[in-house]
Amino acid sequence: MATITTEGVQHVANLARLEFNDEETQHFTEQLARILDYIGKLNELETDDVPPTSHIHPHQVVIMGSQDGARHVAKPDVVKPSYPREDVLANAPEAEEGYFGVPRVVDRSH
Amino acid sequence: MSLYELTAHALHEKLKAREITAVELAESIYARINAVEPYVKGYLTLTKDIALEQAHVVDAGFQNGDDMPPLAGIPIAIKDVICTKGVRTTCASKILETFVPPYDATVMTKLNEQGVVMLGKTNMDEFAMGSSTENSAYQITHNPWDLDTIPGGSSGGSAAVVSADTAICSLGSDTGGSIRQPAALCGVVGMKPTYGRVSRYGLVAFASSLDQIGPFTKDVTDCALLLNAICGSDAMDATSVDVPVPDFTQNLINDVEGMKIGIPKEYFTPDLDPEIADRIHAAVAVLEQLGATVEEISLPHTEYAIATYYIIAPAEASANLARYDGVRYGYRNENPADLITMYKKTRSQAFGEEVKRRIMIGTFALSAGYQDAYYKKAQKARTLIKSDFDAAFEKVDVIATPTSPTPAFKIGERTADPLQMYLSDVMTTPASHAGLPGISIPCGFVQSGLPVGLQLLGAPMAEEKVLRVAYTFEQNTEHHLQKPQIGTNGVAS
Repeated sequence: MATITTEGVQHVANLARLEFNDEETQHFTEQLARILDYIGKLNELETDDVPPTSHIHPHQVVIMGSQDGARHVAKPDVVKPSYPREDVLANAPEAEEGYFGVPRVVDRSH
Repeated sequence: MSLYELTAHALHEKLKAREITAVELAESIYARINAVEPYVKGYLTLTKDIALEQAHVVDAGFQNGDDMPPLAGIPIAIKDVICTKGVRTTCASKILETFVPPYDATVMTKLNEQGVVMLGKTNMDEFAMGSSTENSAYQITHNPWDLDTIPGGSSGGSAAVVSADTAICSLGSDTGGSIRQPAALCGVVGMKPTYGRVSRYGLVAFASSLDQIGPFTKDVTDCALLLNAICGSDAMDATSVDVPVPDFTQNLINDVEGMKIGIPKEYFTPDLDPEIADRIHAAVAVLEQLGATVEEISLPHTEYAIATYYIIAPAEASANLARYDGVRYGYRNENPADLITMYKKTRSQAFGEEVKRRIMIGTFALSAGYQDAYYKKAQKARTLIKSDFDAAFEKVDVIATPTSPTPAFKIGERTADPLQMYLSDVMTTPASHAGLPGISIPCGFVQSGLPVGLQLLGAPMAEEKVLRVAYTFEQNTEHHLQKPQIGTNGVAS
């Protein structure tokens, strides 16, 4: 497992759509390095033949004696009313003509 | 005794006999809130108008002689991570300061069908990320047993208000211990049901494969009543499990004769406060005297649970929190240059430091080149932790451990060191990885007067055995009857 540099922190911040000033970058680099160092403890474990657990569910389905369950949850394909558009838009910082408003993303000059 | 000191089941008898009204009960609680909430600061929002309206409806039912559900008229507080239609739901974050959900979480729909009286929304660590409730963007909640200490977290508000008698019961959420740990530190009963028992629809997502809603109550009987109300599969949550919900009150059996209780040796490390170890051993001795068989067991991968948790939970969180971008709800940075700048400034300005830290860890663990070394490795470690429990439950019915390695710590004591704060969850995260049901019940006090919690864990869907052991312990001890003297053992700042 690798450690993390200030450049790494800036890269990850961009992926996460966060931004930090130099002081914050330094602070997060130190803290993340320490946390990742602790997490490195997992390298003590031999896991080549261990399957990953992404979710606890398949286990529970087996426990309950059903072989077919949570992994194949499907609902009847029936149209049902959704929440009223005005109720959903009521929380939007900007709404216009029934849509969410955002800064322009298409440059008109092209 | 004042009404606010009573349990839900005791109050139901009084309501049914029409000795009291739901409105009188609600007024009693709000008077108590006025008296002690300035010290405890457990609530972010109070909803007295809604509460009194709900109480009036329930009173009409009782007056008609209708057959009213056990929670009708019972005042309840709701962690501010659970969506409440028309009532602001902030997750204790600036980014959701103005968010008013257009819908109710499934648990709220179920509770409203019972006729509960909603008192308000409780404080928490921002987006449920923390172990002390100090990560709230709004206020610090104080432990009613010592106002200079934290109430635990992340559901610290929900634990503190039940402990302070400013709610009869409450709902919280538990991802790595966020119900059980604050319940222990505040001296109340708190339970995380099996993953999938309770619908997560309307629970603002933190780590979707771990999150589960559960109750805080003053005793185990109330815990069973709340479980009856909130459990069950839900078409709105594909991860809710479609199994019958038993009547959990049937498991309130004062008898553990023949039950096998396992004590995992890995939980009794040098880091465990010796006074807590003593209280746990004393509690186990009580169960043994009552007829349980006690045996030492081994859960060898326990020491890897925190490292595993601090990959899996942040990874899931980094994906779940991508939705806070300033477009559909909540805070937005004013006049951004472009869309990407709006995302970045919105998120950087309105998320707190711990939330950013977890998003960073999670994004890193899922990023190109690191996913196998971190995320996949953690998922494999999760399998090993779960396998330990599977093997243990072949031999024992219930596992007993301390809930927290220390009693409540001082406000500010661990905020400078995130890793030290993460280690507060060392006793609770293993069961979270395995999706197990777990309860924390009061089992005594350390010399400084702070409460200690006993954690009881069961196999998946074995809430019944956990409740039976918890109930038997409670019926034969008096720890749960102790009340904090708020304002006499600490000064609110």
